Amino acid sequence: MRQTDLAIIGAGPAGLAAALEASRAGARVILLERDDWLGGQLVKQTHQFFGSKNEFAGMRGVDIATHFSEQIEKDENIQVFTGATALGFYEDGVLTAACAGRMIKIKPRTLLVASGAMEKMIPFENNDLPGVYGAGAVQTLMNVYGVAPGKKVLMVGAGNIGLIVSYQLIQAGIEVEAIIEGASHVGGYWVHASKIRRMGVPILTNHTILKARGQEKVEGALITRIDENWQPVPGEEREVSVDTVCLAVGLSPLAELLWQAGCEMEFSPQLGGYVPIRDSNLETTEEGIYIAGDVAGIEEATSAILEGQLAGISAARKMDYRIEEEKVEEIKANLETLRAGPVGEHIRQGLANVER
Amino acid sequence: MLKKDGVPSPEELQEVKPSFERLQEGPVVIVECMQEIPCDPCYYACPREAFRPFDDINQKPEIDYKKCNGCSICIAHCPGLAIFVLDYPYSENEGLLKIPYELKPLPEKEEEVTVLNRAGEEIGRGRVVHVLNTKKQDRTAIVSVAVPKDILMDARHIRLRRGTDEG
Amino acid sequence: MRIKDHPILSFPEGKTVEFSFEGKTFIGKEGEPIAAALHDAGIRVLRHSPRHNRPRGFFCAIGNCSSCLMVVNGEPNVKVCVTPLRQGMKVEYQKGKGDINAAD
Repeated sequence: MRQTDLAIIGAGPAGLAAALEASRAGARVILLERDDWLGGQLVKQTHQFFGSKNEFAGMRGVDIATHFSEQIEKDENIQVFTGATALGFYEDGVLTAACAGRMIKIKPRTLLVASGAMEKMIPFENNDLPGVYGAGAVQTLMNVYGVAPGKKVLMVGAGNIGLIVSYQLIQAGIEVEAIIEGASHVGGYWVHASKIRRMGVPILTNHTILKARGQEKVEGALITRIDENWQPVPGEEREVSVDTVCLAVGLSPLAELLWQAGCEMEFSPQLGGYVPIRDSNLETTEEGIYIAGDVAGIEEATSAILEGQLAGISAARKMDYRIEEEKVEEIKANLETLRAGPVGEHIRQGLANVER
Repeated sequence: MLKKDGVPSPEELQEVKPSFERLQEGPVVIVECMQEIPCDPCYYACPREAFRPFDDINQKPEIDYKKCNGCSICIAHCPGLAIFVLDYPYSENEGLLKIPYELKPLPEKEEEVTVLNRAGEEIGRGRVVHVLNTKKQDRTAIVSVAVPKDILMDARHIRLRRGTDEG
Repeated sequence: MRIKDHPILSFPEGKTVEFSFEGKTFIGKEGEPIAAALHDAGIRVLRHSPRHNRPRGFFCAIGNCSSCLMVVNGEPNVKVCVTPLRQGMKVEYQKGKGDINAAD
């Protein structure tokens, strides 16, 4: 059994920021990551980040991942396990994980779940055909392993992920036939939409996919215009010739461990699904269990970094490590600023119902 | 309309256009950032403080066109790739457009390219005058293209013609 | 198909290794997921679903979804999207739910 002050599940932006912050206060940290690399989704991001200059704005996601990884490697308070899948958190406060074919047991004084999110799926005929991929899988294949997912792609979803991955596909030399979006408007940032549009990729709002064509793999897709009740408009069906259908239809928090740990959960449409009730320091209803990043509510990487810092410093304070109170206030203020605009409105609404 | 399909309407564009008089004076920035999103690197990028300080990072950028000399440093620092520089009086018949470019291969000087508008439609031909790709730009190249004056306000992207039948 | 010239990313050359898929020899990069090498080789169907015999391919890329279970070196139910490729690996389609007794 390994003892530690803080065990962190997930080395994405939230988990990495939390590890560094807790370590800075003097806490010993064990960081568990299922992938073989640190950075989570950051490593797949080729664009410069938005947000404030204070929080990495202007730096590309992939470079932020490298920046964090280098700091973590140097940090003697932080022990990292990659290729390690957290399995359960039990009543006696023991966390188990599978790592390199073995089970490891950890008894942490505090726990931070920063497990991120999983992709949503939508129903349509042949959605199980090879060539229908989640946007995350497309990013992994092309941006981590350097393999093209296909030659011509239909993107489903015009939120930030659908728009960004479309741009990344073009950067990888792959054609994007169109981006379709069920809603009547583009959900992602308009600047992302504009940069795709001027490259000649149409964005078809009020459109959905009816079926993927093909026997053994995707050879095309049938799309249609839909009305405001999301029903197909007769006569507005269209065949598109593509070998890949990429789904970017939203994320939901990966919260199984929190359910198992007994945290009180609440359904929040604005935050992407069931999320834990938390206080203003990101502690759940189970004492000593903290959350940060997408598992706390689907948002984006900059807020995940800030939440990670807040959860890390809060966990350290819980264990009576000396921290600077001004730093806590500063992180909270930065989070509030980030969410203050119109694009943060749904986050503010969501949080109002789950923060106690 | 931006919200509908990512292409700004003439009314939306009106908000971000430098005045006609300013355009006539020489190189100037056009910042096609029309949504309140949390983002402020442009402010820090400008050595001449032509971007007014943000009270709140969700504000849209405000530009003091008197301070902007069209130096183009900000182009590669906009995460949204929404900043362009226009030099209307560039030559008798051509205006100069500077765009951010993150594709491979990069165009070469003197290369003839197809010019696209904000909807990706071909609106003419242009001639690459300069390609800038310094370390400070962090892999966002800046391509300067001379285009006919009458399409300068609509031209926002280029497509290479090499390797194509028309090329 | 490998991405050759990327404006932002650079991909490490890596060591080329040989492996077999259904008896044929392919090459890939050592340490990349088996599924990435198969995808590069143009192989899209990784298995057929046990009940309805539907083709299944690469899908989640993170070892979640079971779409890519294959027989590797005789061992069934290997998630090839997260299993690193090694020299000489023998990769095969899996029949049904996979027979552990078939392993060496």
